[in-house]
Amino acid sequence: MVSTPSPIAQQLPADACISLDNVTISYNNLPAVRNVYFDIPRGQVTALIGPSGCGKSTVLRSLNRMNDLIDGCALTGRVLFDGADLYDPKVDPVEVRRRIGMVFQQPNPFPKSIYENIAFGARINGYKGNMNELVERSLRQAAVWDECKDKLNKSGCSLSGGQQQRLCIARTIAIEPEVILMDEPCSALDPISTLKIEETMHELKKKYTIVIVTHNMQQALRVSDVTAFFNAKALEEGSGKVGYLVEFNETEKIFHSPAQKATQDYISGRFG
Amino acid sequence: MKITTPELAMQKNTLDLYYKPDLRRNIVNNSLTLLSALFSIVAITPLVLVLGYVIIKGASKISIDLFTQLPPAVGLDGGGIGNAILGTVIVTSIAAMIAIPFGVGGGIYLAEYAREGSFSKFIRFGTNVLAGVPSIITGVFVYDIIVSSKLLFGSSYSAIAGGMALSILMLPTVIKTTDEGLKLVPDNLRKGSLGVGASKFVTITRITLPMAFTPIATGIVLSIARAAGETAPLIFTAGFSQFWPTAGNLLSGQIATLSVLIFNFSQEPYEVQRELAWAASFILVVFIFTINIFSRWLGRFTSK
Amino acid sequence: MATGELNELYLRRRRTAYDKFIDSSFKNVAITMASMVALILVAILIVVFWGSNESMGRYGLKFLVTSSWNPVDDKYGIATAVYGTIITSLLSLLIAIPLGVGTAVFITENIVPTKIRNIIGVFVELLAAIPSVVLGLWAIFVMVPLLKPILTLLYKLFNWIPFFSSEPIGPGLGITPAILILVVMILPIITAISRDSLNQVPINLREAAYGVGATRWGAITNVILPAALSGITGGVLLALGRAMGETMAVAMIIGNSNNFSWSLLGPGNTIAAMLANQFSEADGIQISSLYYAAFVLMLLTLAVNIISQLIVKRLSLKY
Repeated sequence: MVSTPSPIAQQLPADACISLDNVTISYNNLPAVRNVYFDIPRGQVTALIGPSGCGKSTVLRSLNRMNDLIDGCALTGRVLFDGADLYDPKVDPVEVRRRIGMVFQQPNPFPKSIYENIAFGARINGYKGNMNELVERSLRQAAVWDECKDKLNKSGCSLSGGQQQRLCIARTIAIEPEVILMDEPCSALDPISTLKIEETMHELKKKYTIVIVTHNMQQALRVSDVTAFFNAKALEEGSGKVGYLVEFNETEKIFHSPAQKATQDYISGRFG
Repeated sequence: MKITTPELAMQKNTLDLYYKPDLRRNIVNNSLTLLSALFSIVAITPLVLVLGYVIIKGASKISIDLFTQLPPAVGLDGGGIGNAILGTVIVTSIAAMIAIPFGVGGGIYLAEYAREGSFSKFIRFGTNVLAGVPSIITGVFVYDIIVSSKLLFGSSYSAIAGGMALSILMLPTVIKTTDEGLKLVPDNLRKGSLGVGASKFVTITRITLPMAFTPIATGIVLSIARAAGETAPLIFTAGFSQFWPTAGNLLSGQIATLSVLIFNFSQEPYEVQRELAWAASFILVVFIFTINIFSRWLGRFTSK
Repeated sequence: MATGELNELYLRRRRTAYDKFIDSSFKNVAITMASMVALILVAILIVVFWGSNESMGRYGLKFLVTSSWNPVDDKYGIATAVYGTIITSLLSLLIAIPLGVGTAVFITENIVPTKIRNIIGVFVELLAAIPSVVLGLWAIFVMVPLLKPILTLLYKLFNWIPFFSSEPIGPGLGITPAILILVVMILPIITAISRDSLNQVPINLREAAYGVGATRWGAITNVILPAALSGITGGVLLALGRAMGETMAVAMIIGNSNNFSWSLLGPGNTIAAMLANQFSEADGIQISSLYYAAFVLMLLTLAVNIISQLIVKRLSLKY
């Protein structure tokens, strides 16, 4: 069990964008991550870190109801977005995803032109403005305009991996979400592309709330303002592991004076 | 568009995030979901209707006589389709005896020897093209080289000719299942066997072929079931007969089959013949479905 | 222990000539069997071409546009059967494509629980297993009688359109029932291949579409179906080839008339049905003309199949 929710709750930032309230997510009735409480602060970058299998990606995907696509995935507890429960049966997951965008682990541009990759999302979101302008602005914000401007009609898949990922970021910001979720966005990329994405994130956080899952602790330290550390432990009943939230605090504190020993061990590379 | 007062924020969100059934996109979405569900129902309706009729019309005719008697002469009652059942077994067996060795041999060559060469590409391509040749053309082909030329036994229509026509239909399927089944065997096993000095022949017959037995056998059995229902290539190769095949003309004489019997009797104006056609359909369908469902079960059982 | 001693325990360390002979003859047998496919294919083409020699020489290409099948004065042309073959296969395709692709989407996308989807999938596959002749029997005695009043109504309402210009009289056999039975026969092919192609669309592409806020059908129509398009097209062409060559069910219900008519309500013919009904009783120039017809059908299906091969290529097909 998580030590207690209270020490985490004490660190509630003033302006929470998304709050997780005793969230447990399970696949086919087997819990993957259990009793998670934390508040994602508005306009900041929140990093979710922890060893493999601790459920950090599962938590991230629950924030815009991406887990709905997986058969047998169920969530209990509440995920509050600006106070509204995302898992209220009356809520439309499509609506949620339009407000909370996502960048995936593997760059996944549509097999369409670069231009269409941006325009598609905007169009289905009912964008009525100047599309050319939006495409340019989004690509600029994602710092990939220079590489793309001469080949907007070429397939998005013709770009390099790093460029594809920035195209996916551009695609996400083109629909003007309030929150951007990033699921290990750099894990498939080389160090130079990673650096460029991180620079992009620094620009984006002026405008958006960002939640990022990362394996790379240096990256968490470089880009995030607050960090949630997850860990996994064996399930009491039988096989498998279940993830839980160990500690949630300002990134500075998590990395330099963690309250929990597990965090300390993970940060200093003793396991994971 | 940042909203600072929590009350306002909450109000905005609860309004915004709720599912709104009258939005155009939701109307379109739901209509298309409904449409695809409707299409699925339409797609499985023929199965239900055909199966229902075959069972209602055919099952009531099932009796010992059906299996042991000959079709009645025109105007008479009773009788059975014993000769056609036996004929289907004979013709299909002949087809299997030709198609299985050739098909498995060809499949072994493709999967174990040629793999990705241009020859194997050509043969795989040819296999797919042969699979697409209309079955009636196969009948014309066998009629030409065997029946009209009286090449075998000096007889015209024969069980052998029918079996050969069916074997041409089975051949591509058998090659393909063997090829694909063998490709599923991990390459490490081959390397291991060759690495201890086994010849290619020993590796294939002792290691890879036994490993791929289930998928290959499943595919072959399915192709036999399919061949048993084929009619077009048999009309002018095996022909039809009102009588039992005798020991003397078992392979060389005209022979009745269930499928040709259904075709012939469906064209006749007599109720007795029509009912026998339904009974024959029932037996054929039960046979084919049993094999299909069994092989499906076998596939699932072994994949676990 | 000396190595010499140890080696003596392995009597067959050196391969015998017999061993090598078996190995190489096995390979030769296998390659011969594989070559059979090509051999048969070429032999079929030669046999059918050879048989049609006389008719080809006599009628030439006019054979394709002449609508006459008259053994009395030996005048042969297959315009009626060519029209029948093309119109039945194309119209059945037109009906089967939306049904098949729609069903495939329904059983691949997460719309209903997996169990129901599997059942529908199995049902469609079993539909493919019903012999053509059984479908024909069912069509003669169940479908055609049910259809006749509808066709009569179509005639009464639309007889000014050439396609509905003849009254469905007699037993009610004709082109429309043949089209419908062809739909039943090619639907499983289209469904199965569409399902395979849809299943091969990578999950992250689906996520991309849902991630920008697409509805289910927004994702399906804009992203998933386009990604599966080449496989589906290959399957559709394969189904077209099958429809053109399909024999029994069509031969049983199309009416076998060689009098040309645009109408879909009256009897007609297809090349395959013509072969089934006449081949065993024909001789002379008539049988040569049937070979010629078979050659035309062969070329049509070969062309369609080769194109579909080029498109499908990577998909493994079950049918």
